[in-house]
Amino acid sequence: MKIALFGNPNTGKSTIFNMLTGLRQQVGNFPGVTVDKKKGSIKTAQGQHQLTDFPGTYSIFARSLDEQVVKEVLGNPLHPDYPDAIIYVADAANLERNLLFFSQLYDLGFPILLVLNMWDRAQQKGLDIQLDLLQNNFPAAAVVTANARVSLGKDRIIKALDQLQSGARTAFHDHDFQTLQTDAEQTRNSDDRLQKIRSLQLVAAAKHKTANQSTRLDRILTHRIYGYLIFSAILLIIFQFIFSFASIPMDFIDGQFVHLSSWSAAHLPDGLLSKLLTQGLIPGIGGVLVFVPQIAILFFFIALLEESGYLSRVVFIMDRLMRPFGLNGKSVVPLLSSVACAIPGIMSARTISDWKERLITILVAPFMSCSARIPVYTLLISLVIPKIYIGGILSLQGLVLFGLYLLGIIFALGTALLLKLLVKSRTPGFHLMELPDYKTPRLTNVGFTVFEKVKVFVFDAGKIIVAISIILWALATYGPSSRQQALDNLHQTQSYTFATTAKQQELDNALLLSESYIGHFGKWMEPAIAPLGYDWKIGIALLSSFAAREVFVGSLATIYAVGDDSSTQKRLIEKLKEEKNDHGQTTYSLATGASLLVFYVFAMQCMATLAVVKRETNSWKWPLLQLGFMGVIAYLSAFLVYQLLV
Amino acid sequence: MGLLLHMSQTLDSISLNELVEIAAIANNAIAPKLTEMGLTKGQKIKAIFKAPFGDPIAYEINGNIISMRKEEAMQVEVQMA
Repeated sequence: MKIALFGNPNTGKSTIFNMLTGLRQQVGNFPGVTVDKKKGSIKTAQGQHQLTDFPGTYSIFARSLDEQVVKEVLGNPLHPDYPDAIIYVADAANLERNLLFFSQLYDLGFPILLVLNMWDRAQQKGLDIQLDLLQNNFPAAAVVTANARVSLGKDRIIKALDQLQSGARTAFHDHDFQTLQTDAEQTRNSDDRLQKIRSLQLVAAAKHKTANQSTRLDRILTHRIYGYLIFSAILLIIFQFIFSFASIPMDFIDGQFVHLSSWSAAHLPDGLLSKLLTQGLIPGIGGVLVFVPQIAILFFFIALLEESGYLSRVVFIMDRLMRPFGLNGKSVVPLLSSVACAIPGIMSARTISDWKERLITILVAPFMSCSARIPVYTLLISLVIPKIYIGGILSLQGLVLFGLYLLGIIFALGTALLLKLLVKSRTPGFHLMELPDYKTPRLTNVGFTVFEKVKVFVFDAGKIIVAISIILWALATYGPSSRQQALDNLHQTQSYTFATTAKQQELDNALLLSESYIGHFGKWMEPAIAPLGYDWKIGIALLSSFAAREVFVGSLATIYAVGDDSSTQKRLIEKLKEEKNDHGQTTYSLATGASLLVFYVFAMQCMATLAVVKRETNSWKWPLLQLGFMGVIAYLSAFLVYQLLV
Repeated sequence: MGLLLHMSQTLDSISLNELVEIAAIANNAIAPKLTEMGLTKGQKIKAIFKAPFGDPIAYEINGNIISMRKEEAMQVEVQMA
């Protein structure tokens, strides 16, 4: 049996889903749209059933993408996700409004189980819910109570699933509401249903609640000064974790992969396959996994804030600030996430119901400096920015780093503003949302979210990053036949003959790379990047960044023939500082370095992000546009910076 | 005096903690959504806190807190409860 899980947002629906299905969940999309679909299975006395979690909505009348999915699935019995039965999760503390959507599903004739969740909170609030009366008015439905936060009600739900009634039934209100088209008709139908539900007087002590603790807390958390201060402080803590503490597991993962790579190089027989493994595949996978700690930490905090109810307050206080830029209060989370990695950031834009605001958020998110840019920034900053302290305390290098992040943010907002004027809107956007009560976060739910996000990053983005790494590795490993001649010439030079074996190896590698396909490509494009202050060697490093930006550093290390060990970074910086161009000037001058830094802030050099944008927007048009405009901005600003400084 | 009592305001212009009653909802694209969130004629509602810059505004209705942009609140006509 295919069972669908429906309910309003903030009813603990996903907690119920987790409680019923456990860890065996599959996360995917509904066909043709980018709306999350979670699947799991439940076992009852009658057998195994498939449970699908639908997005939380308030009715089947569709305005947002989420609601569109619900409407399409329920309106089409041939749809692969069309359910045989429904579990409807209602917030017992909020029964009447929750029964609106329930009454619609009831009238569509599905065998249906009504779960009154958060039963404890309804009781705390002194609400006396007349279960018999409820059952009498919806005779064909099964009704159970639950409190999923403490895993109460699972047995009752499973037992009730085997006793669901199918077949014709008298409608609670009417059967034909699905065909209503106009706003006025839909409004009237919902209004009538609500009036009818309220007239049942299901909740005896339906007194008006007075301003509770929630409201007092809200006055502080949404205050025009304290609200922003508290939010900034929370951000500071999160970034402290992402940028400082995450380096411990990241260094560990990095070390393990370097170790694995050299171990397999030493133990596998020499050959193409082992080369592919040790130089292409292992570093490629390592390059993906190294970001897992940052992504896990970020989503741990975001899930924690969301579970607590605080995140919707962030949306509340940020909405007015983001709106002038064509963004939404909900754009804050995707943009912040993009500071770790744009991929989960772009995926979290799904919470934005308005298509235009969501699209703009997706398109500008990669301007936020992600963690893959950090190695590039650090290398270039220590290379061209003098280590001086302004006024004895403020590090100039630190200031430049801060400036790069700021530059990304400014351009993200500026581009959003421009897109606001250019992108046509499909539907009018709205903000209207519930601010849920504050709750103690449930660590299992937080854990599920972290696990899910990491999984998506590793498998979805990961496979693209690995594939690109292998392609780039192949282009850098192979070259036209002229390469052998160049190698022979090198071997006959005096400096080569008198060099140590290790040095000879490094010189070989450098030559093999410069004469490889990617090397030739770099030379071919040199005229195009010369105005930015780059030579063909930098060109190669730029190209290899398409796997992931931090590959820039590794490529330079290979090009300049500094070996791959712990002192690489230091030796690379020394080597780069000595590097001279044809005119005898320093290659990595302030002008070139600054131009590169600006280029890396703006350029869309991440294939995995492009692939995710394609998936999230369902078209190649947007990622290509993004590649284009970010490229143009990067090129022009790098050109400007170089020409001004040179 | 009678005239004043019947004069209606929209939801965006009421002051904090002033309990009012919903009189009507403008007929447009957002009306079905407002209704689904429980904003129907005759319901009591009050503004309980505002975001910085006075927009959006949080309202309490039936024990729920709902956040609305000013332009959305403008679609809801209210009268003194």
